[in-house]
Amino acid sequence: MTTRVVITGMGVVAPNGVGLPEFEQSLRAGRSGIRHVEAMADAKFGCTVAGVPQGVDERVEKEFEEDERLVMNMSHRYASLSCLEAWRDAGLERPARDSETVDWETGAIIGTGIGGMDTTAEKVVPLTDAKKVRRMGSTAVEQVMASGVSARVSGQFALGNQVTTNSSACSTGTEAIAMGLERIRSGAAVRMLCGGSEAASHYIWAGFDAMRVLNRGSNEAPEKASRPMSASAGGFIPGAGAGVLLLESEESARSRGATIYAEVAGQAINCGGHRMGGSMTAPNPESVRRCILAALQDAGIGAQDVDAINGHLTATTADPREIGSWAAALEREPGDLPPITATKSMIGHTLGAAGAIESVAAVLMLSRGFIHPSINCEDVHPEIEPYADSIPHAMQEFANMKTIIKAGFGFGDVNACLVFRAWEG
Amino acid sequence: MEQSAVMEGVVKILTPWVKNEDALQAVGMETNILDDLKVNSARLVDVVIAFEDEFDIEIDDEDVDTVNTVGDAVKLISEKLG
Repeated sequence: MTTRVVITGMGVVAPNGVGLPEFEQSLRAGRSGIRHVEAMADAKFGCTVAGVPQGVDERVEKEFEEDERLVMNMSHRYASLSCLEAWRDAGLERPARDSETVDWETGAIIGTGIGGMDTTAEKVVPLTDAKKVRRMGSTAVEQVMASGVSARVSGQFALGNQVTTNSSACSTGTEAIAMGLERIRSGAAVRMLCGGSEAASHYIWAGFDAMRVLNRGSNEAPEKASRPMSASAGGFIPGAGAGVLLLESEESARSRGATIYAEVAGQAINCGGHRMGGSMTAPNPESVRRCILAALQDAGIGAQDVDAINGHLTATTADPREIGSWAAALEREPGDLPPITATKSMIGHTLGAAGAIESVAAVLMLSRGFIHPSINCEDVHPEIEPYADSIPHAMQEFANMKTIIKAGFGFGDVNACLVFRAWEG
Repeated sequence: MEQSAVMEGVVKILTPWVKNEDALQAVGMETNILDDLKVNSARLVDVVIAFEDEFDIEIDDEDVDTVNTVGDAVKLISEKLG
């Protein structure tokens, strides 16, 4: 019999809320976390707003000792806070730092899209160019290595199972949860901290601005700038943060009497092969459809069983195609599509963290019985207009939600999809 | 600069990296930085950079190799300060 996998803890560092209570309040209220970023304006970006989590250093100061703080760059801080919250939320004890006990049953897959580019830009390149390599100190490698973010967390929780960092652009966070699900299903792990983290840095966002995929038209109204599904969407708004789900085998969760948010019932990961309309920067719609269908099949449910959708929906020209893919995969006519909402409308596109933060949002909606508003699309895009009734502009109560589906799509034509089911034992 | 002031600065810089609090409480010139204070050897380069910044001196790699105890660090820094 297949091992069922449940969510027993979650943690989040998002532009509109650090920690679950604040994040949930912001989701319900439709509160944007997009702000003016002076460094972007100084560097003459076309887009000068972004989603930056607030008050992170103060929390890190409270939770981590000085030697831990000295070696963490920003994505490490976001990931560490999120993992700690998820760990406590699951009712687990943080191991003593001087304990020699290793938790062989628990691992982590914490992804990142870009990695420690802030450290590269602020420390490695300037000090190397200035011929002051030795002034870099000991921390440059562990901060810029792709796996630094998961490596950091493994020490904080004495993890002894698989600890790795996945990277698949903007599907990273979704993919990490899918991979953690399989790890536990296979019996190789009992618990996995899964998610993604991405730093706030104009160096990370510069390349996207150069591609002209960021919205340049809403700099004077930051909270209106991220506009998924809108006729006036002019590109995405970059964001930062981390989201983490603590996945656990049903058996373990039951045996320790853990509170269960939901089941991760199914997953799928695929790639469009840069064919059939797909490319480095655009998804192959057929691969998206297949990914969604494969996730449903893996969950053992039908297309008609989906109650709500947390889309990838970035506020680019890909939004109408994404809606079309959802309708095709779920075999829904316009007017019949389940509620579809874009968390990015409030937090921007947090890149490698997006799928993880948005999965936290999806699981909160499923377990608490609501659909958060998708803000800034009062003017629904003409190609999405037939589906307009499915877009919540205000928070909706949804008490008996059974299934919510979440997908993430990334550069490289990569897709990942998750099916979360209400836990009924 | 008084040796006691140098000692104070050295201990302040080492403190966040110390894994053995008892050894820190009893710190003296003979205290070994790696063996007694249990400072992670990889972090010694950060400690040396902090010495340079705190005392406005430059410490060569060869000098670093001579530092094993708190006293070694205090002596080296005092020499650099002239």
